[in-house]
Amino acid sequence: MSSTPATPPKVNRIGLDLLPYRGSKTTLCAGCGHNAITERLIEAYWELGIEPWTVAKLSGIGCSSKTPAYFLQQAHGFNGVHGRAPTTATGALLANHTLRAVVVSGDGDTASIGMGHFVHMLRRNVPLVYIVENNGVYGLTKGQFSATADLGAKLKTGATNPLHAVDLCLLGIELGATFVARSFSGDKRQLSAILKAAIAHKGLAVIDVISPCVTFNDHEGSTKSYAYMKDHDEPLHEVDFIPSFADVEVEYEEGESRLVELYDGSKLLLHKLERDYDPSNRIHALEVLHEAARRGEVLTGIIYLDTSRPSFTEILNLCDEPLALLAEDRVRPSRETLELINEEFR
Amino acid sequence: MQASHQPPPMPAEQPQRFSSRERTVNDFSIQVATVNGSGSQTANLVLMRSIFQMGVPVSGKNLFPSNIQGLPTWFTIRASRHGYIARKKEIDFLVAMNPESAREDVLNLPAGAAVLYDEPLQLASLRSDLHFYAAPFDKLVAPACPEAKLRKLVRNMIYVGILAELLGIDSEEIRKALYKQFGERKKKAADLNWGAVQAGIEYARSSLVKSDPCFVERMDQNAGKLVIEGNTAAALGCMFAGVTVCTWYPITPSSSLAEALIAYMERFRRDPETGKATFAIVQAEDELASIGMAVGAGWAGARAMTCTSGPGISLMSEFVGLAYFAEIPVVLIDVQRVGPSTGLPTRTAQGDTLKNAVLSHGDTRHPILFPSSPEECFSMAVEAFDLAEQFQTPVFVNMDLDLGMNYWMSDPLPYPEKPMNRGKVLTAEDLERLGGFARYRDVDGDAVPYRTLPGTPHPKAAYFTRGTGHTETAAYSEKPEDWSANLDRIARKFQTLRAHLPPPVQSLAPGAKIGIVSAGTSRYAMEESRDQLSRDAGLEASWMRLTAYPFPPELEAFIEQHERVYVIDQNRDAQLLGLMRLDLPARLLEKLRSVRYYGGLPLDARTVTEQILAQEAQQA
Repeated sequence: MSSTPATPPKVNRIGLDLLPYRGSKTTLCAGCGHNAITERLIEAYWELGIEPWTVAKLSGIGCSSKTPAYFLQQAHGFNGVHGRAPTTATGALLANHTLRAVVVSGDGDTASIGMGHFVHMLRRNVPLVYIVENNGVYGLTKGQFSATADLGAKLKTGATNPLHAVDLCLLGIELGATFVARSFSGDKRQLSAILKAAIAHKGLAVIDVISPCVTFNDHEGSTKSYAYMKDHDEPLHEVDFIPSFADVEVEYEEGESRLVELYDGSKLLLHKLERDYDPSNRIHALEVLHEAARRGEVLTGIIYLDTSRPSFTEILNLCDEPLALLAEDRVRPSRETLELINEEFR
Repeated sequence: MQASHQPPPMPAEQPQRFSSRERTVNDFSIQVATVNGSGSQTANLVLMRSIFQMGVPVSGKNLFPSNIQGLPTWFTIRASRHGYIARKKEIDFLVAMNPESAREDVLNLPAGAAVLYDEPLQLASLRSDLHFYAAPFDKLVAPACPEAKLRKLVRNMIYVGILAELLGIDSEEIRKALYKQFGERKKKAADLNWGAVQAGIEYARSSLVKSDPCFVERMDQNAGKLVIEGNTAAALGCMFAGVTVCTWYPITPSSSLAEALIAYMERFRRDPETGKATFAIVQAEDELASIGMAVGAGWAGARAMTCTSGPGISLMSEFVGLAYFAEIPVVLIDVQRVGPSTGLPTRTAQGDTLKNAVLSHGDTRHPILFPSSPEECFSMAVEAFDLAEQFQTPVFVNMDLDLGMNYWMSDPLPYPEKPMNRGKVLTAEDLERLGGFARYRDVDGDAVPYRTLPGTPHPKAAYFTRGTGHTETAAYSEKPEDWSANLDRIARKFQTLRAHLPPPVQSLAPGAKIGIVSAGTSRYAMEESRDQLSRDAGLEASWMRLTAYPFPPELEAFIEQHERVYVIDQNRDAQLLGLMRLDLPARLLEKLRSVRYYGGLPLDARTVTEQILAQEAQQA
């Protein structure tokens, strides 16, 4: 018998240690940006003290889509078909609008094969966290350009991309997402705060995370490499997230920071960097994105935020209980109702 | 358009071939030829309903173009004292309202048929072997409808009045049908239309002399029956099945199913006080999304469905394979139309039989239900949801345009007597008691595993759903033995399911050497064709109407019992027969013969009879 007293594992506010928030071991390449995002997700859910089984993790196909297996092992996961996770996630939320859905996708999923579903998910403001692990390249099929690859970017083979990139944040703002952010897998602090804010947001939160592919797109000439991001990452602001359960007085200096209250009572503090940035101004958000793109800079931070628009499940005015769990007497009308209907056709 | 310029002959000058001995009572087809978008549907339904109310079996078929306004459209009403409600090839009474199609319509009539036509079309000189009735519709409508801009809508009601008088339909039944059609809220419109009917009756009385042999006489065949479209009945079946999520994309001929479902769910499944719904119906961005949402909803525990037609099914192929392999319940209602490609979007076929049975890449098999009537559209929709959840798999309901969009007499829709079967779903309490579960393990020996729903509050509830190879515990695996063991279990599940399908409907003719197998709406041509075979050729035929795939064990016995078995297909490639070739023992296959029709119109009895007799003649 060992007599060494075990140090009790650190637990979160609902008394759980990190283990239920972890998943199986990653099978992605060492140094892949996606693994860092997975780590931030584990921390975010753990720190927020969210019961893992209230989360549904959905994905399409590709390297990024494998990652739901690597976090929240006590949450249901659904690795579906390429590009169509917005549809399965929407369906799951129709069945049970109390689920906290998170979709992890890639640039192939979102900007190409599933573009149609992505834009309609934006339009509907489906209440979920939608992460794009964006590396500008198809990794699992060994290195073809994706639609988010920048004009002039180079493949490892030397091929140059002759086409304009799809900017998913521009699309998101244009088409109705109520939370649009961009981050970098290497920016632990910013990504962590943005993820937590996205989880607290009540509508659709789209987060485009530049996540370098170490095997196929981390070379000189790539605009999605670690080196490129180190030189071109231009944060809009510094982001602090204060959860609703935190018993702290939020102090900030007017003019230096902006305070945004989220649906669940948690707060976002956006600290001014070079300029004051108001993320609730849609036109301005589009402008700064275009400007940054022209300069070749990658703007990161919470680019657009609308805390008022109703989510898709609110618009549908669903009953309080999940549709999936309604008992027979709630979903099968009475014998008399059928008799009434029959009579109408006589 | 190319009508003769001679004035139409007066009624008295028409050929008089009618004598009381030749009265054709309750056994004829009326075809109304109009222009799409001219509002003739109401008039046609009133005419059909009034015959129905006189107790005479009827069916109403809309032959319409893929167009909103301007192209020719035909509505055919068949009245049959024998109860035959399949399409009949020969038209006995034509109402020619469309200048564009009138000439061809008249030339195609069999000798002795009657034609009521709009006087300016001057059709009477086209043939001398028909009974012509001319009516000046524009002149008649003016006094009946003082407001000029409404005349176009009311004008068609005049032929209803004329036909009522010529055929002997009780005008009181017309009035009842008309006011029912318009409903309480449109009483003014109904009054106006009733005026037009009366103008038609008055015109026929004063200006036309009956010379054709067609008469409607009261019968008592329709007590308690409804007149309903298959799509409406299927939508009602879904509502009474307890559907909670329907995701769809508009496509002819299934859109009216989704729209009927929306209307009924809004009426009966939304709390009138709080406005909260016990359902979600979403018009998706395409069929890929509609099936994706339905699969996501089925995964999360909803009674989920989509409805579409062939082109939509083609797009859904990938997701259906995922649902099959990941074992997710979902119901797909396929209202079939003519393919391949865009095909004939407004015409009927059964061309998705084979595709739906094996939809998606790799090894897949899907159960299919084959409703043949509104009652079955209703009851099989209910069954489809039970089967999908009980066996955790996509279930197809193969309707067709003829069934979905045409008007059928129906017995009252039957209330589901069985409680909903939600399948093997473990709750948090179950998990606590069991200490966990393995998602894809065959615990009960029926190959059907247990599942949990996302959101189940238990640390052992979660599992990972994937379209990739997996073990019993849903872990990723590329091992050959894991792959084939899983696929074999799913195949066994399909066999378990066979015992839970609705049984086939058999009618054995004593001593019959030949048998006939059909599915879906081929039923109506079959009912009539068997009588034709017996009456015209002394050939007795047994009949099995399949109601589901996988095929029932009774099918093998049926084939064993007969020397030759004709399989009826509404497609070019004999798909139902092809599916039987895939599944039945080789010794039975040489007995199978094919009867096919794929012109896009509802199958008629004569086509079946002639094909069978031709093949039987070769046999002799």
